[in-house]
Amino acid sequence: MIKTLGTEDTLENAGLTDEEQQLFSNARPRAYEPYPIKAVEDFANWARANSLWILAFGTGCGAIELRPLMTARFDANRFGVAGRPTPRQSSVFIIGGYASVKTLKRIIRSYEQMQGPKFVIALGICPINGGMYFDSYNTVNRFDQYIPVDLYITGCMPRPEVLVAGIMELQNKIKAGRCDGANRYVENFDWYKANQKKVIKNWDMPDYNW
Amino acid sequence: MTLSTGHSAALDFAQPEPPDLSSGKYVKLWQGPQHPGITGNMSLELVLDGDTIVSCKTHVGYLHRGFEKLMERRSFIQNFTVVCRIAVPEPTFNEYLYSHAVEEISGIEVPERAIWLRTMNLELMRLASFLMWIGGQSGAFGQYTVPNWTLAYRDYVLDLFEEMTGARIYHMYIVPGGVRAGLPDGFEERAREIMKGAEKLLDQIERVMFNNVVFKARSKGLGIITPDMVDPYGIVGPNARACGLARDIRKDEPYLAYDRLDFETISGNEADAYGRAYLRLQETRQSINLIRQCLDHAPTDGPFQADMPNVLHWKVPAGETYVKAECTRGEYGYYMVTDGSEFVRRVHVRGPSYTHAIAVMERLAVGTNIADIAGLMVSLHTYPPEIER
Amino acid sequence: MNELLERLQRHFDVNNINVLKPGMTTLKIGKDSAEILIRELRDREGYTHLNFITCIDYIEDGIFTLVYMLHNYDSKHTLGVHVDIDREHEEMTSIHTLWAQAWTYQRELREMYGINFPGSPRLDEDFCLEGWDQIPPMRREFDTRVFSEERFGHREGRHSEVPRVHMKMELYPKRGGDEE
Repeated sequence: MIKTLGTEDTLENAGLTDEEQQLFSNARPRAYEPYPIKAVEDFANWARANSLWILAFGTGCGAIELRPLMTARFDANRFGVAGRPTPRQSSVFIIGGYASVKTLKRIIRSYEQMQGPKFVIALGICPINGGMYFDSYNTVNRFDQYIPVDLYITGCMPRPEVLVAGIMELQNKIKAGRCDGANRYVENFDWYKANQKKVIKNWDMPDYNW
Repeated sequence: MTLSTGHSAALDFAQPEPPDLSSGKYVKLWQGPQHPGITGNMSLELVLDGDTIVSCKTHVGYLHRGFEKLMERRSFIQNFTVVCRIAVPEPTFNEYLYSHAVEEISGIEVPERAIWLRTMNLELMRLASFLMWIGGQSGAFGQYTVPNWTLAYRDYVLDLFEEMTGARIYHMYIVPGGVRAGLPDGFEERAREIMKGAEKLLDQIERVMFNNVVFKARSKGLGIITPDMVDPYGIVGPNARACGLARDIRKDEPYLAYDRLDFETISGNEADAYGRAYLRLQETRQSINLIRQCLDHAPTDGPFQADMPNVLHWKVPAGETYVKAECTRGEYGYYMVTDGSEFVRRVHVRGPSYTHAIAVMERLAVGTNIADIAGLMVSLHTYPPEIER
Repeated sequence: MNELLERLQRHFDVNNINVLKPGMTTLKIGKDSAEILIRELRDREGYTHLNFITCIDYIEDGIFTLVYMLHNYDSKHTLGVHVDIDREHEEMTSIHTLWAQAWTYQRELREMYGINFPGSPRLDEDFCLEGWDQIPPMRREFDTRVFSEERFGHREGRHSEVPRVHMKMELYPKRGGDEE
């Protein structure tokens, strides 16, 4: 059943042309509601924690340590971690370090296209406070103003051992039901959108990429 | 064999007319930046007729951090921590070239031991980078065994780096004036052990990958670079050597200890993806040989750092220089201009991918199959971070 | 080498010839004859490899210095051709017909310095930046730190120090960072 949305529930999609307005949904994202029975929700979280599928998008230099992580020596497949080529199939987005403005636009697009429940890990020092690019004109300083981050793994580069530890920490967080980044994104959607539009000047995509 | 490398008027590198998308005959497809078949973070805007590519445009800038601007407002000693981030898979070439440019302008003599340690460091980097490249090339054609071998083995080389420099990826080992440390105890035996294993691995890779009928069928005849393309397109390194030109900066204009090492420039005779891959396999073997020679000849005592001025207010005299080195992809260069102050006036980083990934890629992609585009891209060995810096 | 320079001096108005090191020379030429000189070097003198094109901003003199670095594989010699252009009328002849990668460099210079190269293909397409609304970022009057703070903000709790001041405080704490 198609639910008719009132005007207060829809997005403007001001960046699109009239023709494109017809092609994209203008619905707002909805928050995830846990199952009413706690045991069912716990079981679902346990299942989610043990099949973390990573989106294959090396957004920065952190991607270089993901290859040793996924291959024979560190073998993250042991933890149920696998790489997926498309956002529709993935549940974990690993931000590999700094995000330049041009990449940030693609990150937002990929992140919004991911199906819930979804989690974000930010690698390195750069997403936290800009790191050594704190004065660069093209990299964002605080990544969590644009996309909610569930877990930071700091260092430059974070070693594969740290990545493994981080993945285990993320699993613990998911099992405890404390990974609510996607819900925060929905609840503070207008704030995130305003921040994103402040740095991305040529906004030519829908406000939410369904 | 005589090769014509001069500029011929017949070679046309004008921009082709964009295909008429409204005709309904073509499909436009973006490969990247979010795509597993792309090297690093960049994208190709492809226009397809069926599954044949009729037009390709490279888009870069997803990793632009403005290094050249940042370096203008950092002091000389601060800069050396920044430069290694320019090319992620091969940071040491940046460290070496930056240090060398500063040393050349300010007239600092590097001690003998540091020269050998630098040579060894660069060759280890070449080995690690080639191992990763072989895995990438094989993976781009759908064979996932070889990447697992090479990336796992590359980790042992990274272990050597960790012993030598203290870090796996960003070493910050080569500093202006020398290197940061000598070799730890027992490094030589462990390095020789790993070199032995690497040689064995390369033999296996040659059997599994280069004799594989699928790999041969897909890479032979893909992306042929003709010798008359080399100069007009600025093609350097293995991509140029594969079509028969014996051009190697290590041999032609030796830097560091390369004039005292025994090696020959390798050049191939077929510059398709297979020929380039085979050339790189041979260069990996050559690199192992060079590391062994470095281990033989490197002095074990003596200073590894020259006397340096107080780096807190180090003023480099006014000057200008261009230094270059042969990295795995060809000529990597640093152009530096100083004006006598504590900050550098201008640094320009010349990465070989600048032309390989844009001008060459856009030409070679036309006419190939959509399925081969990832393999073609890897076979040109492009690293986006050095294009946009 | 000297023969080449003499030949060039006979035909072109080159000055500021500067031997930087063995195998590398720079010279300066006027804006109008630069393209002809580069073409001559490529076709007659064997400087077939274009290393790079870049630009140095001398804001105090009001000029941009364009640097064309050419390499001769036979004589193993690198020649840097410097061309001064006015900072207010930043325009230069395009050399995209000489090398295939030249237009990429010109596109980058257009974006980073705002220099115009009439006729160069895809000149005004975005190269590294996207939706840039400020003055070209590599110009020296553009302050990247101020811009970064304004546009991207910074996290509370982070503070950065000038390393020189910080190190002096660490080294000479009793004297309040005074070296003497």
